[in-house]
Amino acid sequence: MRLIQAILTSKWTKVLVFVLCLVPLGLLIWQGFQNDLTLNPVQYVEHTTGDWVLRFLAITLAITPLRKMLQLPQLIRFRRMLGLFAFFYVCLHFTTWVWLDRYFDWRQMLDDVVKRPYITVGFAGFLLLIPLAVTSTAGWIRRLGGKRWQLLHRLIYISAILGVIHYYWLVKSDVRKPLEYAFIIGALLLWRIGAWLIERRRRQVPGNLNNKERATAETL
Amino acid sequence: MLIKKAPELSYSDVTPRGLYMGRRNFLLGVLAAGGAVAGWRKLPSLLAGPSGPPTGSVPVKLNGVVPGPYSTNEMATAESAVTAYNNYYEFGTGKSDPSKNARNFQTSPWSVSVEGEVAKPRTFTMDEILKLAPLEERIYRHRCVEAWSIVVPWIGYSLSTILKQVQPNSNAKYVAFQSYYDRKQMPLGPDAGIQLPYVEGLRLDEAMHPLTLLCVGMYGETLPNQDGAPVRLIIPWKYGFKSIKSIVKIRFVKDQPPSTWNIEAPSEYGFYSNVNPNVDHPRWSQKSEHRLGAGLFARPVATQMFNGYGEQVASLYNGMDLRKYF
Repeated sequence: MRLIQAILTSKWTKVLVFVLCLVPLGLLIWQGFQNDLTLNPVQYVEHTTGDWVLRFLAITLAITPLRKMLQLPQLIRFRRMLGLFAFFYVCLHFTTWVWLDRYFDWRQMLDDVVKRPYITVGFAGFLLLIPLAVTSTAGWIRRLGGKRWQLLHRLIYISAILGVIHYYWLVKSDVRKPLEYAFIIGALLLWRIGAWLIERRRRQVPGNLNNKERATAETL
Repeated sequence: MLIKKAPELSYSDVTPRGLYMGRRNFLLGVLAAGGAVAGWRKLPSLLAGPSGPPTGSVPVKLNGVVPGPYSTNEMATAESAVTAYNNYYEFGTGKSDPSKNARNFQTSPWSVSVEGEVAKPRTFTMDEILKLAPLEERIYRHRCVEAWSIVVPWIGYSLSTILKQVQPNSNAKYVAFQSYYDRKQMPLGPDAGIQLPYVEGLRLDEAMHPLTLLCVGMYGETLPNQDGAPVRLIIPWKYGFKSIKSIVKIRFVKDQPPSTWNIEAPSEYGFYSNVNPNVDHPRWSQKSEHRLGAGLFARPVATQMFNGYGEQVASLYNGMDLRKYF
């Protein structure tokens, strides 16, 4: 346990996680040079970056349940970075769409956003992540105050749900992969609802809540 | 004008082979990515790549192929793209699934029953089909409803050739087609998310139109399994899913027959499914398309009405509201 904690608090672990988060991008670039991006490279890059957005959102959302269940509060150190990587990959995903897929055809893209539900929800999910990325700094946490900051950052729940819907509405008939994401992200959100309900019940019994528990409840 | 009566390209001009990625590299890549989130994907199915030679039918050279009419002078897509990027849900829903999973597909012996509202119903063996008329090479544009496209030197002859053999009667207003389906040969079929066997249909005049090709080969050889061996349709002015693969039954009927994607999502896939940049798929635009093999930074191509075959087929739809009959 000591060792795990030492690893989790090491500066090098953070560096390692950072590098690991860049592996999917590195792989894409490498495949690009190898001419290995399948025969429909635009779609492949679009789908791969999109997959990684959902994965990073899920990993980010898994931090809190994991650190509670494993009693490893140090895991929080990675949450911001992972969330920012979700944003990084959604930017790549969006750029791929704007540039390689639609080739800066703004009228057609506007049309898409307005008329196509799967693009509408995907775009909305992307927009919702922007304020989270902007306010991810310590300065913004201070300026907003912890409570308001946390409320704002719950937008990630909505963004993740929109991301899954975006994927589900895109596929033609085989919905197994979008359902996998729905299941995982759904479980992570249900865990929060469960934790919140338990917390609420405990609160209703007066005098049963100390400050530490309250603080825990608020970081859900 | 893009459509020429006389083809300017022959098979030998068009095909730079070997664009397709090495499977091994691809698997390694997927594994590395998969490893980052262990257990996320179904690793066992990825690890179980093909081993040993395929036990199914493999393409063989077709002799005596003559240049056919209606060929485009556009550059044909690399054969490696056309054989590696397929929609053939009986063999898996991923684009690279059919090329892996159809390796052991047995297409011999094969026969096609032509029946229904006809004077002389008949079953044609594959040998008979190959000898019914001179085999023509036709380089057609092929546009998928998913907004990608290819240009392929198909081999075959007009579907009307075989249809006339059975002498349709006056009740014959439509032609229904059915694909082969055998769960022993296609164990992934139940996961396809669509009703199988795959069925399609054409109006009689569409089926009899000289552009409509009964296709038995491509790139100088018989069809690879993943491309719909041994015999399929190619209807170049309609979205790709109308061009039904691995046909076992052709039936003349009175009423409009069911078609698989229309059964699945009637609001998204109509019976006609003519390529039409002005009628969007409800979920995505049909105004442009990506050419397979064109590369990551290639501009999308503007989609043409009837996929550029309007001069030949537009008159079939005179007076029809193509927004309604999409």
